Amino acid sequence: MAQTRMIRLTVNGETGSYTVPVRQNLVDFIRNDLGLTGSHVGCEHGVCGACSIEVNGDLVRGCLMFAVQADGAEITTIEGLAESGRGAALRAAFTARNALQCGYCTPGMLATALDYVEGGGAADRDAIRAHLSGNYCRCTGYQSIVDAVCDVIEGRVEA
Amino acid sequence: MKAADFAYEKPGNLADALALLADPDRDASPLAGGQSLVPMMNFRMAMPDLLVDLGALDELRGIAPGAAGGLTIGAMTRYADLEASELVATHAPLIAMALPHIAHAAIRYRGTIGGSVALADPAAEMPALMLAMDAEIEAQSSQGSRRIRAAEFFTGIYDTALAPGELVTAIHITAAPEGRRFAFYELARRHGDYAMAGVAVAATGTNRADPRIAFFSVSDRPVRAIRAEAALQAGDAEDAMAALDEIDFAGDLNADARTKRHLAGVVLKRALGRL
Ligand SMILES: Cc1cc2nc3c(=O)[nH]c(=O)nc-3n(C[C@H](O)[C@H](O)[C@H](O)COP(=O)(O)OP(=O)(O)OC[C@H]3O[C@@H](n4cnc5c(N)ncnc54)[C@H](O)[C@@H]3O)c2cc1C
Ligand code: FES
Ligand code: FES
Repeated sequence: MAQTRMIRLTVNGETGSYTVPVRQNLVDFIRNDLGLTGSHVGCEHGVCGACSIEVNGDLVRGCLMFAVQADGAEITTIEGLAESGRGAALRAAFTARNALQCGYCTPGMLATALDYVEGGGAADRDAIRAHLSGNYCRCTGYQSIVDAVCDVIEGRVEA
Repeated sequence: MKAADFAYEKPGNLADALALLADPDRDASPLAGGQSLVPMMNFRMAMPDLLVDLGALDELRGIAPGAAGGLTIGAMTRYADLEASELVATHAPLIAMALPHIAHAAIRYRGTIGGSVALADPAAEMPALMLAMDAEIEAQSSQGSRRIRAAEFFTGIYDTALAPGELVTAIHITAAPEGRRFAFYELARRHGDYAMAGVAVAATGTNRADPRIAFFSVSDRPVRAIRAEAALQAGDAEDAMAALDEIDFAGDLNADARTKRHLAGVVLKRALGRL
């Protein structure tokens, strides 16, 4: 029998209590139990960045945390960012610049780019690439993603 | 893949954590940032029966000036906290230089200095920095606490002087003398990847007195190049490069031992150029 725990956490502003198997990782809990499938799962060992979400304001890998560790935490997923309008400029810039094709990497890419932009990052292509280095995109070749982030930082986007 | 089942405890204080880890009948693992342990569990390379989450141990977090100058850094201090710290930038510039090369932002929000030191990955930056800074690692078990010099701490691939049930609780960095200089250089295939080879160097003044040269990702553990240090002290950087044969080079997935030997020379040369 899998061991379980009761956790209480807030996801995109909604607080609830849930019983989770302790071995369940956070992104699986978010996708399978909460039905928030905007966060994606690629490698399950921290290298691709598809599962990137915000926990207590920090950008983290949803596949490298167990849901039980998030007891008491405040979590924001891509759905929460869309509802609140935070990151709307990045979304608009990604669309305008064709910074996505299949979209698999996009939720994690947006969360990571937002961490950079809100952290006061400069419109410096090397620094942006370094910040996004933990997020894989198999479609775009990254140029358009870096363009989109620069557009937002330099104020060329109307959200 | 997903982790195998385990029992989970999140003790509220260090004494309770040490008591849980002291039980000889349980295969217990401390969980710090989880940025190495969780991937190992997902791959089922690690299957502990009990995970002791250190996340609530605020006593293990923080960066403070040391008693005799220098710094004391709690084991659960995250890379992100070190990056944001003025104290680290001033008193442990090697850490500040290395941080941007350690993994990616999302990993640095959770990964801890204590976790990296305890794991002793031969390719990791932090263990080599401990050698270059003559740091001491404070360890505690239910039996008491002790300090271990970095030079005696790293004993092999993923192997340390920690006894079963012992936790790293803090890192002590001694005060650097006036005029101490530092340099760091690593080669990686992509930014944030584990290095193919890297080095941390420290020395005092323009004559490079009392040097430390510590490599990572070239052997089965972080290694000081003692003879190269002596050559540098004697004022001969070329001799220092030649002396690197003293190191027991070991290959990995990236490169064989001969390539590591070559890369060690490249990173040392570049680091000395920045010293
Ligand atoms: C994609 C990716 C890239 C990475 N790139 C790099 C890199 O370039 N360089 C690098 O150095 N690292 C890299 N890492 C690893 C990262 O730095 C880890 O965070 C670090 O190695 C371990 O710290 P942690 O706090 O996450 O420890 P955990 O993963 O929680 O624990 C690691 C091990 O140490 C033990 N442990 C943890 N804390 C203690 C303690 N206080 N006392 C005793 N034992 C303890 C655990 O039981 C476990 O065996 C990378 C990780 C990922 C996922
Ligand atoms: S699924 Fe988490 S980083 Fe790839
Ligand atoms: S858009 Fe397809 S992986 Fe990035």
